[in-house]
Amino acid sequence: MQRSVSRFQAVVAGGLAAFLLSCSGGSKAPAESASKDLMVGFIYVGPKDDYGYNQAHAEGAAAVKTMPGVKVVEEEKVPETVEVQKSMEGMITQDGAKLIFPTSFGYFDPHVLEVAKKYPDVIFLHAGGLWTEGKHPKNVGSYFGYIDEGQYLNGVIAGYTTKTKKLGFIAAKPIPQVLRNVNAFTLGARSVNPNIVVTVVFTGDWSMPVAEANAANSLIDQGADVLTMHVDSPKVVVQTAEKRGVYVAGYHADQSALAPKGYLTGAEWNWPEVYKRFVESVKGGKSPGNFIRGGMKDGFVKMSPFGPAVSADAKTKFEAVKAEMMAGNFVIFKGPLKDNKGKEVIAAGTSLVQTDPVLEGMDYLVTGVVGSTGSK
Amino acid sequence: MELRQLVSRIARQVGALLFGLLLFLIFVAVQGRNPLAVLSDLAFGAFGNSFSWQNTLVRTAPLLLTALCTIVPAQAGIVIIGNEGALLMGGLGAVLGSMAFGFLPPAAGIPVILIAGSLLGAIWISLSGILRQARGVDPTISSLLLHYVGLAIFLFLVEGPLRDPATLNKPSSWSIPEALRIGRLGSSDVHVGLVLGLIACLGMWVLLKYSAWGFGVRIAGGNPRTAAMMGLPRNSPVIAVCAIGGACAGLAGAVEVSAIHYNANASLASGYGFSGILVAFAARQNPLAAIPVSLLLGGLHAAGGILQRRHGLSDASINVLQGLMFLAILMADGWGASTRRTAKG
Repeated sequence: MQRSVSRFQAVVAGGLAAFLLSCSGGSKAPAESASKDLMVGFIYVGPKDDYGYNQAHAEGAAAVKTMPGVKVVEEEKVPETVEVQKSMEGMITQDGAKLIFPTSFGYFDPHVLEVAKKYPDVIFLHAGGLWTEGKHPKNVGSYFGYIDEGQYLNGVIAGYTTKTKKLGFIAAKPIPQVLRNVNAFTLGARSVNPNIVVTVVFTGDWSMPVAEANAANSLIDQGADVLTMHVDSPKVVVQTAEKRGVYVAGYHADQSALAPKGYLTGAEWNWPEVYKRFVESVKGGKSPGNFIRGGMKDGFVKMSPFGPAVSADAKTKFEAVKAEMMAGNFVIFKGPLKDNKGKEVIAAGTSLVQTDPVLEGMDYLVTGVVGSTGSK
Repeated sequence: MELRQLVSRIARQVGALLFGLLLFLIFVAVQGRNPLAVLSDLAFGAFGNSFSWQNTLVRTAPLLLTALCTIVPAQAGIVIIGNEGALLMGGLGAVLGSMAFGFLPPAAGIPVILIAGSLLGAIWISLSGILRQARGVDPTISSLLLHYVGLAIFLFLVEGPLRDPATLNKPSSWSIPEALRIGRLGSSDVHVGLVLGLIACLGMWVLLKYSAWGFGVRIAGGNPRTAAMMGLPRNSPVIAVCAIGGACAGLAGAVEVSAIHYNANASLASGYGFSGILVAFAARQNPLAAIPVSLLLGGLHAAGGILQRRHGLSDASINVLQGLMFLAILMADGWGASTRRTAKG
């Protein structure tokens, strides 16, 4: 008994002494002195330099940092638990943040909603959440981009580039956002050649580097000569494709540095432009809105510059489709459209424009995709 | 003599922590940061004011329980590292419990949900105990591997048969009814899980130290042959400690689901189970020492955010500090133990 008591006291004393000793000099007030500046907080679920989802947001934060009268605080690798609630509250109470960008999808419900109720004078802008009038706090906004437009254009380039007519798609989970990208990529590729097939592999989670590398290798072994992906960090897939000498279309951010030979183009978020717009409006005392969506023409998404392997024909078609998107006349999902089990999912004559809420619940893979959503 | 031993031990641990902290401050100074400013923000972020304390305590709560998943089996000489798997099973149990008994009033429903989570966690780690006793499978390896099995089952169920169809882009299970969620302590953000964790640590300490059963467990772990000669049972203590450890981690998962997430989804696998292993080893498998060690770890993680925000240090830097401090504690303790042993001859 004596032994464990002493050990207990020892560790208590050790733990507290180290901190309390230094506490005396601590607890200085948050940045109240610089109250003229708007303090903006960014929170990421992964590392800021992942060549993917988180880097795209961090590039947005870096752009906001250059704005006059704005200060930025950032936290990376914050899990979707009570920890993100505390990160948000820390930014508010310790740093005086008035605008917070919690950038991971999983932060929204319940974490952002809980903290927003507690701090009604702070604005929370969340990437991807489905803000609902009457149900969610007014100081929460949700924004997202129609990046499936970028995946459609990726598909067009892949369709021109492939020799085997087999493409590979490495995806995290069979959820609506991901299925929409897989389907848009497939429709883009098959608009070039209707014989092209896209094989999709779901790894099961957002960051599974080993499973992603295995999936890329096995798709290449099966004959796929252009890969694309929807995972948090495309790094591993892009590097594997380059090493194996096949082509790759990027996602989230520009990965051309990882594959100077095989990188074709990529569907990128354009968060620097969008975030500067949001911050500008908050600085001017205006809410940026509660439900904000935008595509290529709204500057929410953009394409990576072409790599060396893209043919002139491919570029011509790409530019033509992109011009239609910029004009707002291009519809990706229109009938007649069947899923890959032969069932009609969009009737002939029906066009689903990007803002159509039906698209937010997509639960099928279109004809031409080899793979299964796992349900039924 | 006892007092002198105590004082020297305290001095050794404090010295070790300060040494770890000193190494960290050199590390940040090399990175071009002001070490004194880092030190003061570190202290402020962990224990500086009421918000910092709450921040620390909500992170401490799950660690108290997941640490016991390693500490309790260790009394019988069994090293369990599959705490995360039991935590996930506990989350699953809480959801299943609320689906089956959601109609109960809170006074009955909340305990049922927590017990359901503990039960699944207990079953999960018992598997390692049973495999060891029946087939001689190493419980360290089997519990680690069972974590992957548990994660797969968990994800399959919460993203498949148990999925609430309204959850689209973050597939999650059905939610626990609002009335059956665990409350907070007063007006703070700290939930009842902290109290449960403290009770569990204290209770385990008393049980293992003072009960005849605890004595039997320690004999069985220390010397199975002696235990057999004394006529103590061979299998039941081993499986019991695994079950109790698993129940604690399962309770942690159930608390996380019913106090924080309200439903079960992939976010539950955020590493509290693995941090629990670290706490257990730093506490030298002592349930009472797990309390200050969890508090220290919770405090470090609470302060990690402020280091990122105010000093532009990466997320990894707080892990460097954690590693240095814990290594220093273990080294100081190991050094003490070896000198004691030689003294005894």
